[in-house]
Amino acid sequence: MSASPNRETELLDIARRIAGAAGAGEQVEAYVIHSRDTEVQAFGGDIESLSVAEVSGVGVRVIADGRQGYAYAGSLEPSVVAEVLAEARDNASFGAPDEFYGLVDPADFAGIEAPVLDLWRDELLSVPTEQKVALALELEAAAKRDPRIRGVDSAGYGDAAVEAAIVSSVGVESFARRTVASCSASVMAGEGGETQTGYGFSVGRTLGELDVDRAADDAIERTVRLLGARQPKSRRLPVILDPMVTRSLLGVIGSALGGESVLKGRSMFVDREGEAVAGPEITLVDDPTLVDAYGASTHDSEGVPTRRTELIGGGVLRGFLHNAYTARRAGTRTTASAVRGFKSTPGVGPRALHLLPGTLTPEGIMASVPEALYVQSVSGLHSGTNPVSGDFSVGATGLMVRGGAFAEPVREITIASTLQRMLHDVAAIGADLTWLPGGGAGLTLLVGEMTMSGA
Amino acid sequence: MIDQDVLESVLGTALQSGGDFAEVFAEDRRSSSARLDDGKVEELVSGRDRGAGIRVVRGDTTGFAHTADLSEAGLRAAAGAAAAAARGGGGGTRTVGLTREAVHPHVIEVMPDTVPKARKVELLERADGAARAVSDSIRQVGVAYADSRRRILVANSDGLLAEDDQVRTRFMVQCVATGDTGMQTGMEGPGRTLGFEIFDELDPEETARISARRAVAMLDARPAPSGKLPVVLKRGAGGVLFHEACGHGLEADLVGKDASVFGGMVGQQVASPLVTLIDDGTFAKEWGTYAIDDEGAPAQRNVLIENGILTDYMWDLVRARKEGRASTGNGRRETYQVLPMVRMTNTYLPAGLDDPDDIIRDTARGIYCVQLGGGQVDTATGDFVFGMTEAYLIENGEITVPLRAANLIGNGPEALRRIDAVGNDFATWSGTCGKDGQGVPVSSGQPTLRVSEMTVGGTAA
Repeated sequence: MSASPNRETELLDIARRIAGAAGAGEQVEAYVIHSRDTEVQAFGGDIESLSVAEVSGVGVRVIADGRQGYAYAGSLEPSVVAEVLAEARDNASFGAPDEFYGLVDPADFAGIEAPVLDLWRDELLSVPTEQKVALALELEAAAKRDPRIRGVDSAGYGDAAVEAAIVSSVGVESFARRTVASCSASVMAGEGGETQTGYGFSVGRTLGELDVDRAADDAIERTVRLLGARQPKSRRLPVILDPMVTRSLLGVIGSALGGESVLKGRSMFVDREGEAVAGPEITLVDDPTLVDAYGASTHDSEGVPTRRTELIGGGVLRGFLHNAYTARRAGTRTTASAVRGFKSTPGVGPRALHLLPGTLTPEGIMASVPEALYVQSVSGLHSGTNPVSGDFSVGATGLMVRGGAFAEPVREITIASTLQRMLHDVAAIGADLTWLPGGGAGLTLLVGEMTMSGA
Repeated sequence: MIDQDVLESVLGTALQSGGDFAEVFAEDRRSSSARLDDGKVEELVSGRDRGAGIRVVRGDTTGFAHTADLSEAGLRAAAGAAAAAARGGGGGTRTVGLTREAVHPHVIEVMPDTVPKARKVELLERADGAARAVSDSIRQVGVAYADSRRRILVANSDGLLAEDDQVRTRFMVQCVATGDTGMQTGMEGPGRTLGFEIFDELDPEETARISARRAVAMLDARPAPSGKLPVVLKRGAGGVLFHEACGHGLEADLVGKDASVFGGMVGQQVASPLVTLIDDGTFAKEWGTYAIDDEGAPAQRNVLIENGILTDYMWDLVRARKEGRASTGNGRRETYQVLPMVRMTNTYLPAGLDDPDDIIRDTARGIYCVQLGGGQVDTATGDFVFGMTEAYLIENGEITVPLRAANLIGNGPEALRRIDAVGNDFATWSGTCGKDGQGVPVSSGQPTLRVSEMTVGGTAA
């Protein structure tokens, strides 16, 4: 285990050696990552588990005779790396030829400078493990401080320092690194037969940026306000989405705006460019150049400098996200939206998807309707949403809103609509843009009407 | 994978600063996959993951470290890190002597890595043709083949040394059908703990046809009703619901944290007397089957609920040790890079006595659910939500129109109590179970059965 804070040279050297092995008529791309992770879980006032690890991986893509092959390994040992390159070459002989295969040509992003982003904190690497342990214990204790909290089912701290190098035989070379630290707690409240659960978190780029009290308070508040929840009668009514719920639904929309889904016909947005797919107040943007976004990155997973991409502007579908392959197939250029782990070829996806915020505070939104359902959390989103038809039906927990304030809590309900209808039916967009762990941002959203199924 | 004397010395290092228990888990996994999309074979992917995870348990604290370096030096470094993480206090040398367990891994007839890649590719093309032949409305076909060979070794300070060789093969077909009402998808993806001989019993073209017919049927689907209705779950379709809504609540780690609705209920009636629930890691060829779990304990057949009475939870080593009992062979981990947890294997309700056709005939108005798409459960409350990906309306005892995607929601223990008819048929379903970010292969199974009332989250009245 090296004390070196930065592996740039080492990772780039490995990637350069792999890409440099390309033969005539062959393109080779190497994606090499190294990550240092710590995870602490507290339980019952003690440390339940503490895990420290360094993870390395390499993925190699080979394109020859218009065919593509891929191989990976969770090791950077020279003999393993050689085996990975040989396997990728062998695999390339079995796929069907595709005229659109090909690594990114640096000419495709000529003139686009990578954003300068400060996403790395050396400090995180020098935080002693004891301090991480102490934070997890502090969070667990804080999450119990309300007498209505019956138990803490998980309280923990985690961090990662991730570095990735990409080198291709056609002249792409990039190195990106980032740190992230987070803590979260999940708590239980309720007596007799009742149990309510809720979750709170804090995220930053290093331990010092975390707000333990806020994570604990959010977990407590989001749990105790559900106490006494009952199943309401089925009906149609206005729905207010919590920022985390908004982010989840935007995630489904974002995947349907990916070039891969669109080209394969697995998207409700196929052939709709230039059409009004949402109300005029809706502008949906993916912008990995925003330093506050936890998905921010200087380059995408093919080594292309990132930039802002407007997907829906003023309600009109402006375009899709693309990596090199989907762009070529669609007759356009990459939007630097390649995403991947080292175990697969690049896919397409957003890194910092968000709606442009409106002007109303969450309280203002609640006061803008006589009655609404406030959805605090949803479950079954992936099984309950069809990105092709746009139908969705998800389990929900939340509270009724009356007279601008929370009224009785509700449980065991589903909300259903179609994503298309929902996008046209947004009645208010909150000003409370919040960047969330895992990438995008959420904000409070008021949807004119949805079906709530209950008793 | 690792010599016995090296393992003994590494376990000694792990316990050098105290600790009650130490374990080395080594894994060498090779996987390969091939995919066809849009009539074209995409790239083949090969992968290799090899490394060891070492844990040291001291009191209620577990220290853990992992490494991809299986040399003695690499293992010793990881053992030292795990020991430090467990915050061991007292020193002292402990000598560990290992005894190799006699384990009989499942016999694999055709190792997938001995099968020419061209043969795997051919299966994809056959399935593509079969799916497209079902109907002109099939516009997109995606086919995937995947195999993995996972060799594991477990050595611990109790003296256990055991190895297993786990081979799994899976074939999946996803179709998109287009009609006047828009696009609909169908999916079928059986998997078995078998080598390439899986295709002796699994016809890739039939898998493709099932997937295609499902997509085509949904083209005529109407909005699902909303509200409370009886739900008949076709054999195989609903096992995943009981896996999620009941199985997770019977995992000892969640019970131990008071995060299960089934806590403290052993010996009590928790389900309809028609219900028996079993988790069986020895179920031949099933997707969640193995010889030993990832802590070296042999897989077992565990009866969790018998005729409605809760009989036992599922246990891993650490939770079982605390209770002074034996593991039930349910300690699993996705990779060497994570700690094991209590996990299910193949979880099922065995067949009952009713004729499945009679169950439908006896239902005046309800839902006939043929496939669920997966779901989620809050184990503390038992509340669950599941997407139905193929479902029909039952009217006057007959299956009538197909229904658009909608969720089923309910409560696990309540659904178990409301089972009022259990068929004499049976089928399983293979999938990946996620828990705390770790995915492991599992299967679930059940006969055709009826839950007298569940909430259906459709958009129609």
